[in-house]
Amino acid sequence: MTFLSFLISGLSLGSVYAIIALGYTMVYGIAKMLNFAHGDVIMVGAYVCFFATTRWDLPPTVGVLLAMVVCTALGVLIERLAYKPLRSAPSLAVIITAIGVSYFLQNAAQLLWTSNPKVFTSVVGNSSIKLFDGGLTISVIAIITIIACIIIMAALTWFTGKTKMGKAMRACSEDKGAAQLMGIDVNFTISVTFAIGSALAAIAGVLLCSAYPTLMPTTGAMPGIKAFTAAVFGGIGSIPGAMIGGLLLGIIEIFGKGYISTQLSDAIVFAVLIITLLVKPAGLLGKQTTEKV
Amino acid sequence: MKIMRKASRSKVITYGLVAIAFIIVQLLISSGNISSSLQGQLVPICAYVVMAVSLNLTVGVLGELSLGHAGFMSVGAFTGVVACISLESIIPFTILRLTVSIIIGAFSAGVAGTLIGIPVLRLEGDYLAIVTLAFGEIIKNITNCLYVGVDKAGLHVNFLTDATSLNLSEGGRVIIDGPMGISGITKLSTFAMGFALIMVTLFIVLNLIDSRSGRAIMALRDNRIAAESVGIHVTKYKLMAFATSAALAGAAGALYAMNYSTIIASKFGFNTSILILVFVVLGGLGNIRGSIIAATVLTILPEMLRQFNNYRMVIYAIVLVLIMLATNDDNLKGFLSNLRNRLLPSNLRKGKKGAENG
Amino acid sequence: MKKIFCVFISFVLIIGLLSGCGGSDSASSGDDNSTGKNEEPVAVAFKLGGTGPLTGGAAIYGNAAKNGAQIAVEEINAQGGIKFELKYEDDEHDAEKAVNAYNKLKDWGIQISLGSVTSTPGVATSAETFSDRIFALTPSASATAVIEGKDNVYQMCFADPNQGSASAQYIVDKKLGTKIAVIYKNDDVYSKGIYNTFASKAKELNLEIVSTTTFTEDSQTDFSVQLADAKKNGADLIFLPMYYTPASLILQQAKSIGYDPKYFGVDGMDGILTLENFDTSLAEGVMLLTPFNADSTDERTVSFVKKYKELFNETPNQFAADGYDCVYAYKEALETAGCTPDMSAADICEKMVEAFPNITFDGLTGEGVTWADTGEVSKSPKGMVIENGAYVGMD
Repeated sequence: MTFLSFLISGLSLGSVYAIIALGYTMVYGIAKMLNFAHGDVIMVGAYVCFFATTRWDLPPTVGVLLAMVVCTALGVLIERLAYKPLRSAPSLAVIITAIGVSYFLQNAAQLLWTSNPKVFTSVVGNSSIKLFDGGLTISVIAIITIIACIIIMAALTWFTGKTKMGKAMRACSEDKGAAQLMGIDVNFTISVTFAIGSALAAIAGVLLCSAYPTLMPTTGAMPGIKAFTAAVFGGIGSIPGAMIGGLLLGIIEIFGKGYISTQLSDAIVFAVLIITLLVKPAGLLGKQTTEKV
Repeated sequence: MKIMRKASRSKVITYGLVAIAFIIVQLLISSGNISSSLQGQLVPICAYVVMAVSLNLTVGVLGELSLGHAGFMSVGAFTGVVACISLESIIPFTILRLTVSIIIGAFSAGVAGTLIGIPVLRLEGDYLAIVTLAFGEIIKNITNCLYVGVDKAGLHVNFLTDATSLNLSEGGRVIIDGPMGISGITKLSTFAMGFALIMVTLFIVLNLIDSRSGRAIMALRDNRIAAESVGIHVTKYKLMAFATSAALAGAAGALYAMNYSTIIASKFGFNTSILILVFVVLGGLGNIRGSIIAATVLTILPEMLRQFNNYRMVIYAIVLVLIMLATNDDNLKGFLSNLRNRLLPSNLRKGKKGAENG
Repeated sequence: MKKIFCVFISFVLIIGLLSGCGGSDSASSGDDNSTGKNEEPVAVAFKLGGTGPLTGGAAIYGNAAKNGAQIAVEEINAQGGIKFELKYEDDEHDAEKAVNAYNKLKDWGIQISLGSVTSTPGVATSAETFSDRIFALTPSASATAVIEGKDNVYQMCFADPNQGSASAQYIVDKKLGTKIAVIYKNDDVYSKGIYNTFASKAKELNLEIVSTTTFTEDSQTDFSVQLADAKKNGADLIFLPMYYTPASLILQQAKSIGYDPKYFGVDGMDGILTLENFDTSLAEGVMLLTPFNADSTDERTVSFVKKYKELFNETPNQFAADGYDCVYAYKEALETAGCTPDMSAADICEKMVEAFPNITFDGLTGEGVTWADTGEVSKSPKGMVIENGAYVGMD
């Protein structure tokens, strides 16, 4: 029973990581950049939804949609202003820029919305399903997060695999120069990728804060790093990998706490990550590329 | 022959720059013309300069992205302070004790770097980056669970329990108290020691870059397969750069820790690693002088921005992004160089260009 | 050409933004820092400075203490007599930044210090104030290391060990629980400090601790394992030595697994009711030891809370009250010692070291507050229980 309840907690936590990791991996797969500001876009999404539902009393669906619209606009704007000029710059320059954007979003959020934590009202309520006479509890939000994760993963896989835009994205990911020669508008494609990634961030923000309802300007930072870890764990750039990586990370974290030590839980998570990467250097589902000479 | 001379001239300029800065600051201090705000930052600036230069060895010269450099700083800081406190009765002479502590800090961080480097350096690119991040976090987590005390019988180390179970005898002292870190550190670090450490670091790093090993390391960065094919031992040279970099970070950590009366493990987390990385990238990859300048400027900058109160960090972020854009964006670059063409006379520009190559 | 123009425009905008910030800043710092400047020249005011986290994750505590102190300064300056000029600098809850902030205050000419708001920066700045001979009274840096071995550093709040042992004593005296679970934050000086003394006091009093679990800054979202452990071991009371943000998550998650123990918190728990949009029914029955109660009906508290709400649009927490009390305690001590603003910081420091152990102070956070010459405060914590979304005294 303990095992099952830990497993469920792990899946709930993991599903939140997974949904953030999907956005990370999407952007990384196409634009080949570690978007450290992703976690902070999540935070903005959660704030927008919070204000929509709590302050302006809009229905949750409208709140989520509004958050998606705002985050998409924000993502595209960030891409235009900060990342696009650096398309040909070394990747480290882009990482530092992303970190700059992340600092900016966190501090701007603090100025706009103060540092006082706010309690997020779950968009689906706080109900939970009880099994075995209350011995096992599954919260509705966890189920919804997992379902949302699967739907998003399937949709992204379909989108990148079947649609014209998706093919363009994959082409850009393989070889930007060649893609351009084939008549693909590389800049537009990357902007679309950021738009999708940011819309996903909004959903992730709402789900993150529905599950763990404290909202602060730094809310997105740590889940962002954990999700980044999850994405690498699953093989960065791989869409199913992000989902599996996220879920596994959540389960490992909970099991580590439950069976080994709560004091060492962070160390355990990262140690498992390191061992996995030493055995499979490109993550669980990552493509092992052989270097051509 | 000519290339050699150019390289050594560049070295002399770098040493000179640091020495002149030191002399100017010393003059300011002795004439009392320095604000306490700046004076208080001198030692951390030195520590950050050493951190930036050492990280540049990994990121710029070896070409591997490390996101856990603060972890090594932490190892150096904690072992350095433990050494310093335990040696209090043995070496009463403070400068010597500080030096010994810094060396011990550097040594233990170097050992940590080697241990971590052996498995990790097989990975590449972003995977290596995430594993270094993971090690940084692990070091932080483990230090938070570590209890170290000293009494007449020597050092007592305990893990995961608490300070009382160290069983210290009468007159013993708890040094590392888990998450509370170390408090009550005697402030030993001085600006002169910081300056000396920078000089030693520069000496090590610049000579390493300029040596046969350094050229092998750079060959690995530029093209690993080609380097391997001419018989360069990949693991050996990667490890050499990585461990040196870790050891120097440890030295910086010890210097840093002994400038404050307290240190905690959480200080040396991801954010500090990123801060150092920002110095390196901003100063230019592989550009040692750039790292020194960037570390100094970016440590002082947030303090200069204090008058903007709460807008300070927003402005810092904007400045960061703008600098990255200005140094990398082609349009902006063209715009700036146009501006420079118009504003500066051509001979001055040439001199500047020469300096940039160093 | 178009692009260059765009870039140029964005530069202009940013410069505009910067100067805009600068403008608004100088205006606001006029209000913040030199209150009462219209009435009399600045030289007659004591320069009172402090550091605290005004930005970053811990900003709520720093801003609260700063705001509380500011209200006190405005009130005192309006009364006539002693005047203060208050300046707070941001330390981002970091020792290094705190020392920088403190040095900045030194350049400004600080005469008496409010130390730092949080513990780790507090340890760092108190060492500096000790060697510079500037007197410091910290509103809320509660670690023992802050005052240890420093004759001129005093605390307004309980020290962490006192909170820990007082809590254990209280639980035993009032027979609140028999099987205790503790959840503490293992990378936090405050939380760990309280836990240490709670655990040793509990042992002394034969109070059984059946479950001890931890979390860290990086993992303060999911508490299912910690709660499951407490539940499995049959704990009937959970002791939560932590700030209220993670505590609110623990309350919510315990409810969702259908676990309903009693909760006992410390002064960091104060503020849980002011969380925006918090479902106060979750906190029903939560007990805490806190020196301050924003719902108290005594005149001073009412007027303070009213002013605070007017100025900052939120309910003051204990940090704000501590900040407020610090300034009034200074006023009393300075008057007792007969200090004047033209004295040097070191002279004031000597007078304060003499004066503080001998004054008795009535403030928002306690009546008849006194200090030992070690800098430790002596005041009795009030046991509070949350009923119908408000604090009610337990005694």
